[in-house]
Amino acid sequence: MPSLKALRGRINSVKSTRKITQAMKMVAAAKLRRAQTQAEQARPYAERMARMLASLGASVAGSPDAPRMLVGTGADKVHLLVVVTADRGLAGPFNTNVGRFARNRIRALEAEGKTVKVLSVGRKGATFLKREFPRHIVGEISFMGKKRIGFEDAAMIAERITDMLEAGEFDVCTLLYNRFQSVITQVPTDQRLIPAPLPEASEAASDQQALYEYEPAEEEILATLLPRNLAIQVYRALLENNAGFYGSQMNAMDNATRNAGEMINKLTLNYNRTRQANITKELIEIISGAEAV
Amino acid sequence: MATFQLELVSPEKLLLSRQVEMAVIPAAEGEMGVLAGHAPMIVTLRGGVIRVTENGQVTDRLFVAGGFAEVTPERCTVLADEATPVTELSRADAEARIRDAEADYAAASDDTPERRDAAMAKLLAARAMLDAAEAA
Repeated sequence: MPSLKALRGRINSVKSTRKITQAMKMVAAAKLRRAQTQAEQARPYAERMARMLASLGASVAGSPDAPRMLVGTGADKVHLLVVVTADRGLAGPFNTNVGRFARNRIRALEAEGKTVKVLSVGRKGATFLKREFPRHIVGEISFMGKKRIGFEDAAMIAERITDMLEAGEFDVCTLLYNRFQSVITQVPTDQRLIPAPLPEASEAASDQQALYEYEPAEEEILATLLPRNLAIQVYRALLENNAGFYGSQMNAMDNATRNAGEMINKLTLNYNRTRQANITKELIEIISGAEAV
Repeated sequence: MATFQLELVSPEKLLLSRQVEMAVIPAAEGEMGVLAGHAPMIVTLRGGVIRVTENGQVTDRLFVAGGFAEVTPERCTVLADEATPVTELSRADAEARIRDAEADYAAASDDTPERRDAAMAKLLAARAMLDAAEAA
């Protein structure tokens, strides 16, 4: 049985742990709200861009000189996976989930005889994947120390992907990230970026498309629209990842706070029992001593 | 006068969404005035100022650094790369941006033609920003 002093020490240390996790939970909740509004504000742009891309893409996709970013290189040999994770830990299974998802994907692709390259966004995913697939990583990007993720960060990543595409370094590009479903659930999701997935245009929509006039020509608009669209998709993934991270961290910290509370109760009970046992023992000693006299 | 729905969105947020009488947008091939009932069009934008007219008066002036616009008879959606109300522009920012763009353009002089065009567009947008800042 541990001494009273040791128990007191443990209770105090668990109490301060609880204080820290509670504070982290509050911070995560505040940041979550901000991240969520940021993600919501980015939505209108993405929606309207998808609408425009659908009407443009449908009219160009058939032509033989359609841009590579829309139709891909035609091959299916080299896959580039862009894995988005958080830069920090202490968020429950958040980073591990994407990491595991990416690992399964890489194994599956390799089993099919494809070459896989990984571009890692976020520090945690990089360390995880580097351990398992050191030769697959072609680049790492981290936003460590950045307060707020801006569109220019996403544009930077998109530019890097575009450069690789132009250099012919991959055929298919997929984005892997945690989709923010709700505060408690984040789903690891994959989304194909190149070739761009075109939404199936319905009959009614295609009637309407024919009416648009383009200035300049479709191809030229598409040449600027596609890189933008790529950046937007990346931006959305970054924001969802960010919101999901704080949601997950808030949850993890809530659990930790609760566990610390339970631990404190258990230890306090133990402490009181030991104290009581000590007193009883002393009393017995005194009484038996007095009787012996 | 008849009105239509004008929406101005940047990647970071929805800046404007309301009924207006007229909007003048800086399309890549020249300024374009949009009224209600305009023929459907999709255009690219260059750097410039969007002027919004309500009740016969210019009520809002916003600088955009480029982007796209979709026009239909009842709606005009502007997808701006970046949008700021003209009153919030500052000369110093615009000048710094011109310097950056000039440096980029100089660096891109022996790059591919597409790169050069992109650098040029950025420089022109930066100049338009300075003009807008001075006019405000």
